[in-house]
Amino acid sequence: MKKIIEINNLTKRFKDLTAVSNLNLNVYEGDVFGFLGPNGAGKSTTIRMLLTLIAPTEGSIQIFGKPLNQDRNHILQRVGAIVEKPDFYGYLSAYKNLEILGKISGVEINKKKIMEILELVGLDKRYKSKVKTFSHGMKQRLGIAQALLHDPELIILDEPTTGLDPQGMKDIRDLITYLSRDKKKTVFLSSHNLYEVELVANRMSIINKGTTQVEGNVSELLNASNLKVNFEVDDVEKAKTLLSTTVWISKAESFSLQNIIFTLEKNEIASVNKFLVENEIKVGAIIPTRSLEQYFLTITEKAVNDKSN
Amino acid sequence: MISLINIELYKIFKKWRSYIGFIAIGILVPIVHIAMFFEGQHTLSHLTENLKQNFVFVGNLLNGYLIAYLILISLIVQIPFLIALVAGDLLAGEASAGTYRMLITRPVSRTKLVTAKFIAGIIYSNLLVLWLVFTSLGIGIIIFGTGELIVVQSTIYVFAQDDILWRFALAYGSGALAMSLVASLAFLFSSLVENSIGPIISTMAVIIIFTIISALTQVEFFKMLKPYLFTNYMQVWRYFFEQPVDYYLVFKSWGILIGHIVVFFSATLIIFNRKDILS
Repeated sequence: MKKIIEINNLTKRFKDLTAVSNLNLNVYEGDVFGFLGPNGAGKSTTIRMLLTLIAPTEGSIQIFGKPLNQDRNHILQRVGAIVEKPDFYGYLSAYKNLEILGKISGVEINKKKIMEILELVGLDKRYKSKVKTFSHGMKQRLGIAQALLHDPELIILDEPTTGLDPQGMKDIRDLITYLSRDKKKTVFLSSHNLYEVELVANRMSIINKGTTQVEGNVSELLNASNLKVNFEVDDVEKAKTLLSTTVWISKAESFSLQNIIFTLEKNEIASVNKFLVENEIKVGAIIPTRSLEQYFLTITEKAVNDKSN
Repeated sequence: MISLINIELYKIFKKWRSYIGFIAIGILVPIVHIAMFFEGQHTLSHLTENLKQNFVFVGNLLNGYLIAYLILISLIVQIPFLIALVAGDLLAGEASAGTYRMLITRPVSRTKLVTAKFIAGIIYSNLLVLWLVFTSLGIGIIIFGTGELIVVQSTIYVFAQDDILWRFALAYGSGALAMSLVASLAFLFSSLVENSIGPIISTMAVIIIFTIISALTQVEFFKMLKPYLFTNYMQVWRYFFEQPVDYYLVFKSWGILIGHIVVFFSATLIIFNRKDILS
């Protein structure tokens, strides 16, 4: 499969601080690639290097098979991006901002095209409004519009759902799915939200403290790990007694008024549910929770265990 | 490149601060016109008081040329501030607004972006000088008419009516060059920081300090420094109101001003091309 982004031993140092250290990463054509890491992990620094906003201290970046430092302009013609929060010229309208950015990109963009993109992100009715009157969510959507303006093959999105309400987050996720599935774009999505990446990405990489912790297919990586699952039940005490006679008790982490939290493999959830229901415990809800931090702990523990074995 | 320059000019003229200079000149110059309309004869008498013992003055000496000259002397010192207000914001304004990220991730080189902004800044500075020409000389001639120009420097010069316009043309041209230098200095400072207040204040501080040092020629050390201060050459326009014009000094001053502009712009390019955009 064709590599769209290839990062080798990428390092960025700011005086005494090493923000990214020997990072390696591959993104293939058609991927929705989740680039995960907690705040301060080095995600934005990596994205800034991918977009030539900052220069790497060491290492190389190839995009579309070409070295970024040698073929910057040709590469960026095929890349659309949002870096952190999108900022625009507040004193200009949404339409004018896009027109200006289109002209700087050196592509002929007519009014029809701009209006189509504004419609895609749901801002066509506000095209004349000055951006300074926009909410954060609207600016975020305008950010996506500017990233799509010149019909790029690779779209780099740095935390595109930050600060959005649940509906706004869903809209962005739907848009990413649409761009990948219908428009055949490659999407590089940075996020600190594992759930978000799980919903839209096919491949992912997790970085922490500037280095890659894990990279691979989302389904394989996430299936290999334990989930924290919250079972909402009507009688916790009865359930606890019943569970104490089974192997499941070792997987129950905590009991509260109406909740039992288990650490389970994905395929074990149904078995626990079946056991509780067959023993006349009413299960009101099963809520899987897996935060990035928990996942980190899982993969780090796994790494330690693998090493000691 | 032309498209980029047009975009930068569009952005400049969409900002309120860009009109402060035009408004300031548009208010100050008519005030001078009104004052001269009522008090001009008195001012002229004061200027020529000592000379009347030896000379007889005839004709319309209170004319548009004299008023334009007096305005040029007074305003050319203030205009740098109005220029720094816009030129200091050209790069730093993008940093503080966060729009660098949008600009620099476009398929256009940083050199082209900086050059387009620089040229737009120079065009703005020249437009401001052109506005000064229109308001002071143009309107001055309409209100006060034309005549001979009397210039009192260390020597008294009286220029014939047909010997004046070319002097004004070259003086304003030299003024525009000096203002371009101010713009390029503010632009350089603008590339170093992420808010536009710093470059504006720094530019003015440099100009004020250099001007003060240039004026303190009684101190030997400052006298020695004077030839190395670019502000010393920003007064080149004054040479055109002397007889004969010292073209050696004119060309030397122009060369030094242009040299500074080239150095400041090159430094901006180097700094900006190496800059990590963290805003």
